[in-house]
Amino acid sequence: MDFATIIQILDSAVRLMTPLLLACLAGLYSERSGVFDIGLEGKMLMAAFTSASVAFVTGSAWLGLLAGIAGSMALSLIHGLASITFRGNQLISGVAINFLASGMTVLLGIKIFGLGGRTPALTDGGRFNEVTLPFADALRDVPILGPIYSELISGHTILVYVAFALVPLTWWVLFRTRFGLRLRAVGENPASVDTAGVSVTRLRFAAIALAGILCGLAGAYLATGLSAGFVKEMTAGRGFIALAALIFAKWRPWNALFATFLFGLLEAIANRYPNLDLGIVTVPSMFMNALPYILTVIILAGFVGRAIPPRAGGEPYVKER
Amino acid sequence: MAAAAQQTGGRPDTAAPYAIELRGISKAFGPVQANKDIDLRVRKGTIHGIIGENGAGKSTLMSILYGFYKPDRGEILVNGQPITIADSQTAIRAGIGMVFQHFKLVQNFTVLENIILGAEDGGLLRPSLTKARGVLKQLAQEYQLNVDPDETIDELSVGHQQRVEILKALYRQADILILDEPTGVLTPAEADHLFRILEGLKAEGKTIILITHKLREIMEITDSVSVMRRGQMVASVETDGTSPEELAELMVGRKVLLNVEKAPPQPGAPVLEVRDLKLVDDEGVERLRGVSFDIRAGEILGIAGVSGNGQTQLLELLGGFPEKGAKVSGSIRMNGQELDLTGTKSDAATRRARGIGHVPEDRQSEGLIMDFAAWENVAFGYHHAPEYNRGLLMDNAAIRRDAERKMEHFDVRPRNPNLAARNFSGGNQQKIVVAREIERNPDLLLVGQPTRGVDIGAIEFIHKRIVELRDSGKAVLLVSVELDEILSLSDRVAVIFDGRIMGERLPDQTTTGELGLLMAGVTDTDHHDAEDGIPPAHAHVDEQPKEPR
Amino acid sequence: MDKMPKWADVILTPLISLLLAMIISALVILAIGESPTMALKTMVDGALGSSYGWGFTLYYTTNFIFTGLAVAVAYHASLFNIGGEGQAMVGGLGVALVCLALPWPHWGIALPAAMVGAALFGAAWALIPAYLQAKRGSHIVITTIMFNFIAAALLNYVLVNLLRPVGSMDPASARFPEGTHLPALTDMAAALGMEWGRNTPVNITFFIAIVACVLVWLLIWRTRLGYEIRAFGRSEPAAMYAGISPVRITVIAMLISGGLAGLMAINNVMGESERLVLNAVEGAGFIGIAVALMGRNHPFGVFLAALLFGFLYQGGGELALWTSIPRELIIVIQALVILFTGALDNMVRMPLERLFLAMRKRGDA
Repeated sequence: MDFATIIQILDSAVRLMTPLLLACLAGLYSERSGVFDIGLEGKMLMAAFTSASVAFVTGSAWLGLLAGIAGSMALSLIHGLASITFRGNQLISGVAINFLASGMTVLLGIKIFGLGGRTPALTDGGRFNEVTLPFADALRDVPILGPIYSELISGHTILVYVAFALVPLTWWVLFRTRFGLRLRAVGENPASVDTAGVSVTRLRFAAIALAGILCGLAGAYLATGLSAGFVKEMTAGRGFIALAALIFAKWRPWNALFATFLFGLLEAIANRYPNLDLGIVTVPSMFMNALPYILTVIILAGFVGRAIPPRAGGEPYVKER
Repeated sequence: MAAAAQQTGGRPDTAAPYAIELRGISKAFGPVQANKDIDLRVRKGTIHGIIGENGAGKSTLMSILYGFYKPDRGEILVNGQPITIADSQTAIRAGIGMVFQHFKLVQNFTVLENIILGAEDGGLLRPSLTKARGVLKQLAQEYQLNVDPDETIDELSVGHQQRVEILKALYRQADILILDEPTGVLTPAEADHLFRILEGLKAEGKTIILITHKLREIMEITDSVSVMRRGQMVASVETDGTSPEELAELMVGRKVLLNVEKAPPQPGAPVLEVRDLKLVDDEGVERLRGVSFDIRAGEILGIAGVSGNGQTQLLELLGGFPEKGAKVSGSIRMNGQELDLTGTKSDAATRRARGIGHVPEDRQSEGLIMDFAAWENVAFGYHHAPEYNRGLLMDNAAIRRDAERKMEHFDVRPRNPNLAARNFSGGNQQKIVVAREIERNPDLLLVGQPTRGVDIGAIEFIHKRIVELRDSGKAVLLVSVELDEILSLSDRVAVIFDGRIMGERLPDQTTTGELGLLMAGVTDTDHHDAEDGIPPAHAHVDEQPKEPR
Repeated sequence: MDKMPKWADVILTPLISLLLAMIISALVILAIGESPTMALKTMVDGALGSSYGWGFTLYYTTNFIFTGLAVAVAYHASLFNIGGEGQAMVGGLGVALVCLALPWPHWGIALPAAMVGAALFGAAWALIPAYLQAKRGSHIVITTIMFNFIAAALLNYVLVNLLRPVGSMDPASARFPEGTHLPALTDMAAALGMEWGRNTPVNITFFIAIVACVLVWLLIWRTRLGYEIRAFGRSEPAAMYAGISPVRITVIAMLISGGLAGLMAINNVMGESERLVLNAVEGAGFIGIAVALMGRNHPFGVFLAALLFGFLYQGGGELALWTSIPRELIIVIQALVILFTGALDNMVRMPLERLFLAMRKRGDA
C-alpha cells in the first residue's frame, strides 16, 4: 500500500465520517439532555430527501440545506411531542420516526418526481461544491505534507469543515456555557433543574431542536454533498452507526470525532477492499461493515472501559416531591 | 457581606411580622383531599415546626409554597405581601428556599456547579463559578457549612450533600428555608450538626420551617409548631407551652398508647443464630460490620436505630436478596442448620422454603406487584407452592380462594381480590403482605417498618398479629425506626448503629434515653441524664462517635 | 379505583390510536392527490375480496404473529426486543441448515427438525444481548439493534461465501429438497375438495402460529414462569424479594422471544421461498413491534393486530399494482400505528381517562 493510496483511503474516510459525525453530535445533544434518540436514521433520511428535492427544484444547495433542516426538525418535533410533552416511550418514538421517514420519503418522492423514489440527479448549483483551500494547488508537490494538505485537508465541501468545527464548538457549549451546564444537568437529574426554577421541558426541546438541525446537516450532506441526489433508503444504517459511535464516544464531543473517524475509516477500507488480504486471513467486507456494531457491543458490555449513559436518559420527567 | 445586604434590600415590607402566611389553602388530587382549608402563620426569624403522620399533607403544603403545585383555593402571603407562586422560579425570587427530603443534586457535578445551576449570572460559566466560590467561602465561615467546592456530589456523605442543598438555597439569597424531613437520612451526629446550623441561620434572622414526624426534634429546636392531620391543620402552638404527649394526641386524633397487650415471653430454642455478618456493597461501603445476635422461638427481637445504619441490608441479606454486587461474609444458622450465604441456595425462594417469612420495608416496590390483582399478590413469593399449582400450570382458582380467605382473616378492605394492589390504601396493602407472610406460619418472620404509612387502626391490627405469631412459638425479627413501636412490641431490643449492634436491652429495663445514646453510637452507658421520656434528640457526639467524652 | 374500566384500556385506546393513524394516513393519501376511499376499497378487494387475497394476507399474518409474539413476550419482562429482524434472519439460517443437511423423506419429519433449528438459531441470536443486559447492564435496545446489523452482515457472508451453490451468482442457498416442502393451504383445501387460494404462499405454518398464540397465552398467564416474567417486568426489586432471579428471567424471556422470532423462518424460508435468500425477513421483525403494541402484548391482540397488518401488507401490494399509491404507504401506516399506540399512548389515554372520571363523577352525583 503506497502513500497515495493511504491518502486516498483517509480522504474517503473523511467524506464518509462526516454524516456520522454530524448525526453523532445530534445524538449527543439529545441524549445529554436525557432524551434517547434512536431516530437519527430517520431524521437524516428525511433531511436527505427534503434537501435533495428543494435543491433540485430551486437549483440552490443552500436552500436545499434549509429544507433538509426543516425536514429533520419536523421529525424532531414529533419526537419531542411524544417523549417530552406526552411522556411516552422515547425508544418506541424513535422507531416510529425511522419508519415514518422511510415511508414518507419514498411516498413523496414517487409522487413528486415519479422516479421510483429517487430525486433527479442534482447538477452543479444544487450540490455543494468542493472547497479548495488557499495554496492547495501550489503546495501539491511538496513531499508528504503537500498531498496531505491538498488532497486530504483541502477539497471537501463546506459541510465537512462545518462538521469538524462543530466538535470544539460542541465541547465549548457543553462545558463552558450556562446552556451546557443546564443541558448536562437535565440529562443527569431533571429534578435538580426543575427545583432551580428552570424549565425541563424547554431545555429538552432545545436539545432536540439542536439534534434536528444537526441531523438536517447530515442528511443534506449525504444527498447534496456526498452524492448528487436522493436515493431510497440512502442513509443505509448510518444513523445507527452514529448511535453506535455516540456510545463508543461515551457521549463526549472529542471522542465522537475519533469514533466516527474510526467507523468512517472502516467503511472506506471495506469499500476499497471487498476482500482485505492480511496475509494469513482474508477479511471479507461484510466483517468490516459489521465491525462498528461489534465494537459497540463490546464497549456496551463494559469489557473495555464502561460506557455510562446520562443517568436520566430514557426517562420522561415527572414532577414529584 | 454583599449577599446579606442584598437580602433585605430587595424584599418588600420588612416590618410585617410574618414571613409566611397561608389562608385557607386547599388542594385535592382527584378524590383525595391532600390539604383542606389550611391556615398557617410563621413569624420571621423563628424556627417553626410542622408535624404530622405520614400522608397528613405536610409535603403537599410545602410543595405548594415552593410552586410545585397550584392550590385549588386559598391565599399565600410572603412577608405580608400576597403572592401567586406559579413556579419554583417565583418562590426563589420571593426568598423561599427548599431542602427536599430526596436531594435534587446532580451526582457527577461538583459542589460549585450544583450551587450555580439555575442561578448563573450570564451565558458563560466562568464568572459565575468564580463568584460562587467566594460566596461559598463566606457562607461556610458564617454558618459552619464547610464543603469542598470542587468535590463531586457522589463523593460526599449524605450529611454534606444536605449542606450543599442548604448552600444552594442561601446562594439564591433565601431568607425563608423549608426543610422536609431533614434528619431521616442523617446519623445523629450529622443531625446534631444540622441543628446547630439551623440555630445559626435563625440568629442571622432567617426563618426556618421544619417538617418532620419526629416529636423530639420539634421539642428540641422549634419555637412554635403546627400539627397536621389528614390534610387539615389541627393546631398551632408555642413549643414551650406544649408537651410531646399533647402533640402526639393532636397528630393522631386520640390518646395514643402504643402499648400492645402481651403475655410475658416464653422463649424456646434458638431459631436464628447470626454470627459476625458482614456486607460490603457494590460501591465498597461497609454496610454491616460484624453483626451477631440470636432469636429464640417465641420471642420478638426488635432492632432499633436511625434509618440507614444497615437495617435494610440486614433484612435483605436474611431474606435472601442482598443488593447486586454486595460481598457477604459471616454465618446464619436457622433451626441449627447453616444457611447458604453466597451460593446458589442463598436466594429468597430457598429462604422461604426454610421457613423464613418476610414483610419487607418497602411494600410498594418489594412486597407487592402494584399492577397485579390482590389475589395474584397473595401467591407472590410462594407461587411455587404445591397448593397453588396443578402440574405445569398454576391453579388460579385455588389461589383466588386462598386470597379470599386471607383477606377475610385480615379484614382487608375492600374485600375484592380482583382489585389491583395499587388501588388499596397503604394500610390494606400492608395487611395483604402481612397476611401472606404470617398465614404461612413461618418459623421466623422478618418484619421491616411494618407500620410505615399505615393508619392507626391497621397498626394495632398488625401489631396484634405479630404478637400472636410470637405467642404461637415463632421467632420474629422486628426492624423499625420508630422507637415506640420497638419498645411496645419487642421482648428484647438490639440497637444498630453504623452496621454494628451497639448493645442489647430488655424493654422494661431501659429508657428511651439510653437507647437514644446507643442509636447515636455511644456504647458507654453512664449517661442517665435523659429519663424524662423524651430521648435526647442527639447525644452530643462529634466526628468520632465512639469516643467517650 | 382505576381511572377507567379495563375494557376501555384494552380495546378503546388501541382502537382510537388506530383510528388516528388511519385518519392521518388518509390525509397523506389526499395530499398525494389520491382518494382514500378508493385506496381502502382497493386494499379490501385485493386483500380480503378473494381467496387469492386471503392467501397472501394470511401468509403475512403468519409472519407477523411470530414476530409480534416475540416482542410481546420480551415486553412482559420489561425488555424491548428490537432484534426480531435479526433473530428471524438467523432463524432462517437455522432452517436452511436443517433442510439442506439431509435428504428429508417427508415434510412431517423435516418440519419439527426445522422448527428446532429455527427456534434455536433465533434464540441463540437473542442470547448475547440478553446475557449482556442481565449481567453487564448493557441496554438491550441498543445491543439488539446492533445485532440486527451484525446478523445482516453474517447472512450476507454465509450466503455469498458458504451456502451459494457453485456457479450461481445469486446470494442465496440451494433449493431445499422436495421432502421439506410444506403443504400449502391450497393443497389442504384441495384435499378436502375445495378450491381455495391457488398460487398463494400461506401454508401449514399459519396453524402453527395460532398454536403459538395459545401456548404463549398459557405461558404468560397460566405458568409459574409466566408469573415470574410478569412480576419481574413490573418490578425488579419485588422479583428479587420473591426469589425470582433477574438474570434467569431476562435470559429465558429473551430466549423465548428470539425463538419465536426465529420460528417465523418456517413460514417464509421453508414454506414460501424454499431456499434461503438475502433479506428474506423484509422488515417483518420491525412490524412485530407495531403488532405487539397494537395488540397490547396479549396473544389474542397480537393475532388480531397481525391480521390487520397482514391485510395492510397485502392491500399495500395491491395498491401499488392498481393505483399510483406506492406500497410504502404501508410503512407510513405502520409508523403511525407505532407512534400512536406506543409513543403517544398518553395523548390518547389522558383525555379518555378524564372523560371516564367525569362520567363517574356524574354517576355518583
